[in-house]
Amino acid sequence: MMEKNIVSEEIIHIKAPLDEKTVLSLRAGQLVLFDGIFYTARDASHKLLIELIEQGKPLPFDLQGQVIYYVGPTPARPGRVIGSAGPTTSSRMDSFMEPLLQRGLKGTIGKGNRSQEVIDLLKKYKAVHFSNIGGAAALIAKSIKKCEMVAFEDLGTEAIYRMEVKDFFAVVAYDTTGNDLYMEAIKRYGR
Amino acid sequence: MRQIEASTITQTVEKLCIDANYFLGQDVIDALERSLKTEEFCIGQRIIRDILENARIAREELAPLCQDTGFTVVFVELGQEVEIVDGNLKEAITKGVSQGYTKGYLRASIVKDPLKRINTKDNTPPFIHIDAIQGKQLKLTIMCKGSGCENMSRHIMLTPAQGRKEIVDFVVETVVRGGGRPCPPLIVGVGLGGTFEYSAYMAKKSLLRPVSSHHPEPHIKELEEELFEKVNNTGLGPQAWGGRATALAVHVETCPTHIASLPVAVNIECHSHRVKTVTL
Repeated sequence: MMEKNIVSEEIIHIKAPLDEKTVLSLRAGQLVLFDGIFYTARDASHKLLIELIEQGKPLPFDLQGQVIYYVGPTPARPGRVIGSAGPTTSSRMDSFMEPLLQRGLKGTIGKGNRSQEVIDLLKKYKAVHFSNIGGAAALIAKSIKKCEMVAFEDLGTEAIYRMEVKDFFAVVAYDTTGNDLYMEAIKRYGR
Repeated sequence: MRQIEASTITQTVEKLCIDANYFLGQDVIDALERSLKTEEFCIGQRIIRDILENARIAREELAPLCQDTGFTVVFVELGQEVEIVDGNLKEAITKGVSQGYTKGYLRASIVKDPLKRINTKDNTPPFIHIDAIQGKQLKLTIMCKGSGCENMSRHIMLTPAQGRKEIVDFVVETVVRGGGRPCPPLIVGVGLGGTFEYSAYMAKKSLLRPVSSHHPEPHIKELEEELFEKVNNTGLGPQAWGGRATALAVHVETCPTHIASLPVAVNIECHSHRVKTVTL
């Protein structure tokens, strides 16, 4: 399955927030183009989200079915929707995953490998992690059509934003059955 | 003595910060194009093409190459016959970084204290290395480096008996452990010898060389070539999604060291390699 998806360069369109059927059908190595809504969060905003959960307080947005993009954009020039907006390193958010998955989070997007713990959590809660191209931030910004502040404004670049995206390119890195794009890559191309 | 005004230094650093973040160096573009020719995996080729397209958009639309516009490292070569007037060298550089990051719509990514973690809002302070040289020139080199790759850097104090083989193993292991997190294709900077801290400084300084240039000493050039081949045989490839182009280059710098020591530092740099130099 992976062989076919990776090598064929076939890309499918999917919508965010994610529905269950799509989540279950995706496999590591599948290329996707997202249309829909993402919420952004990275280190500092994750810490605040977890604090709200621990205090039993409501979150600034409903996590059900949602996709979180790990990004801290550059400031937008006047007249532009957003600055440059590529992914940050996913594994720094590993320790924050479970409480968010428990509240219905279905997808995350970032760059680089995640821990075995996260791979197991994605299986348990039936969610998917995607990777997109780190360092292609000016190009990626082209697929972000709207961007508005949702919460934690004083965190600046680390605040939570709601983004509307169109044809946003990513690859499934970890799926609901435990497949791992990064492990497969080394197996396939290592010499 | 030749006099240079502090305000000239500030203006120069401001421009260097902006230029580094918008305009990818031709040496990096050439190295990416070379890697495109040898990449076997079709998705790996697509990633490299997207990185080149990203550089074009950044250049034409004055958009930062990467949202992590980095911490700023400034390497200063200060001629001994230069006098800085109407200000202080470090303050002038710091002001240039502040102005560059603010006027250039670059991200403020520095926190004042590693534990309290409050953002300084203008990406200051920069990290400054000053070297005294002969003459009447002031050379300023700035590197805007993302922390995704910096975080994957490692250091080890090997024993002389461990030698070359352990060096190779440590460098390759560092790249494999980093996986996709430092944004391959990488530029791998290696510092061998010196002291604990000097090896790390050399590893970073090796990244200032034109990408894919070789060390003048044949045995170090040979080491660079071996490391380059081994790193690109790991299978990580662009973004570690698979393929050949794990690194664009491996640069090694060396210096004398103690009879009991073999310090090894590996400074990992991403493909968004932002370095600019001006000589005043």
